[in-house]
Amino acid sequence: MDFKGLVVILLSSVFVNNYVLSRFLGICPFLGVSKKLNQATGMGIAVTIVMLLATAVTYPIQYFVLNKLGLGYMQTIVFILVIAALVQMLELVLKRFSPSLHQGLGVYLPLITTNCAVLGVAINNVLDGFTFLESIVSSLGCGLGFLLAMVLFSGLRSRIDETDVPKPFKGIALTLIAASFISLAFMGFAGIVDNLFI
Amino acid sequence: MEFNFIDVLIAFGVVAAVGLLLGVILSLISHFFGVKEDETVKKVRECLPGINCGACGYKGCDDYALALAKGNVKANLCIPGADDVAKQVADILGIEVEKIKDVVAFVHCNGNCNATEKKADYEGLLTCKAVSTLYKSHEACKYSCLGLGDCAKACPNNAICLKDGIAHVDTSRCLGCKVCVATCPKGIISMVPQHTEAVVMCSNKEKGADARKNCTNACIGCKKCEKVCPSGAITVKDNLAVIDYDKCTFCLACLEVCATNCIHKVEFPDLAEPFKPIN
Repeated sequence: MDFKGLVVILLSSVFVNNYVLSRFLGICPFLGVSKKLNQATGMGIAVTIVMLLATAVTYPIQYFVLNKLGLGYMQTIVFILVIAALVQMLELVLKRFSPSLHQGLGVYLPLITTNCAVLGVAINNVLDGFTFLESIVSSLGCGLGFLLAMVLFSGLRSRIDETDVPKPFKGIALTLIAASFISLAFMGFAGIVDNLFI
Repeated sequence: MEFNFIDVLIAFGVVAAVGLLLGVILSLISHFFGVKEDETVKKVRECLPGINCGACGYKGCDDYALALAKGNVKANLCIPGADDVAKQVADILGIEVEKIKDVVAFVHCNGNCNATEKKADYEGLLTCKAVSTLYKSHEACKYSCLGLGDCAKACPNNAICLKDGIAHVDTSRCLGCKVCVATCPKGIISMVPQHTEAVVMCSNKEKGADARKNCTNACIGCKKCEKVCPSGAITVKDNLAVIDYDKCTFCLACLEVCATNCIHKVEFPDLAEPFKPIN
């Protein structure tokens, strides 16, 4: 695969197929942890790291274990198991070797353990038939896309907090409406990446 | 489709093997890399109230417990926990119990309706945060309390009331949690020891004449109090008198010399019933 293809995969997974805003995966952290910018950034970075690691681990499992044994259909269960264990390991190792990073990410790591966006990335990489390098690039893009969505949305929410909102819209109602607007805005990216290098 | 028992067994075996392998790896990692949690931290943490208010100056109860276990930290910093918690913590750590240093919030402004005027009529979202973000202030004095009660709404114990356009803290109700200190967009609320007598009721850092023009109760930075204070507790910094309560002996000499009466004996309005914030 050439370099151009990798860039297309990266950009399309950040903008066009944004996991939160186009594929509607990982909505719970998107709505739950996006109240403050620093929390949103922490969560976004943690998700990006876990997505990369999860892809790096699940890809060989899919191709060298499950496919060899003809057990492709066990993908979901095995991946959930592997990702959950992986996040636990990451937490333990971080706690030992980088306590400061652990303090920064620590709160968010357990939240990601069974996050659907992370599982979605691992499974979609296999479904799309990506090579290992492509999978890594795509999961990096998905993580960055998640981070982007979190940061944008937390900015929006902090502005919403300071405005006088009619009572029926207060709280989660307006949050969901705002999320749908951002999602609509991201639909505008559809079709851009395909024609980027023509 | 024919049911194949062997296929099921293989699938079962693979998942079980993966799970077992991961379990073994995890337990190995936690055995070799795991950080052993200090027993004292755990015990101290159990004593603390666990409301993570931050009044002790640490990020939360966990953080404070960690700092306590490491040592060199006083056991009397937990304000909501009061003397009970201080005693329990000191017992665990084997250090001397010190009486809790009770602090209460105080609004350093006396720009009430008689002393200062509004420079503009504000019509909009009635929160101090909105006014301060958009226009800095609608009062003549730009350091003044905006009187819209963000602190009163934030206060968990309804200890703040609005009177004559400025906020007052009821010391008997104040928990010392510092929520209002963080909330006030003008930064004019600070913590003072509970049995303080003298307080500077002004936050204006402008030069004397300018401050006086905007508010008759403003501190003009004349330094009379600084000179008269026998214990050297008062310093005038940026045209504003500041009292260092570690040195203050509550002699109240400053009260008599203050030219504009901005150093006050603490008077806290007694609230008959908990103040209800306007919504």
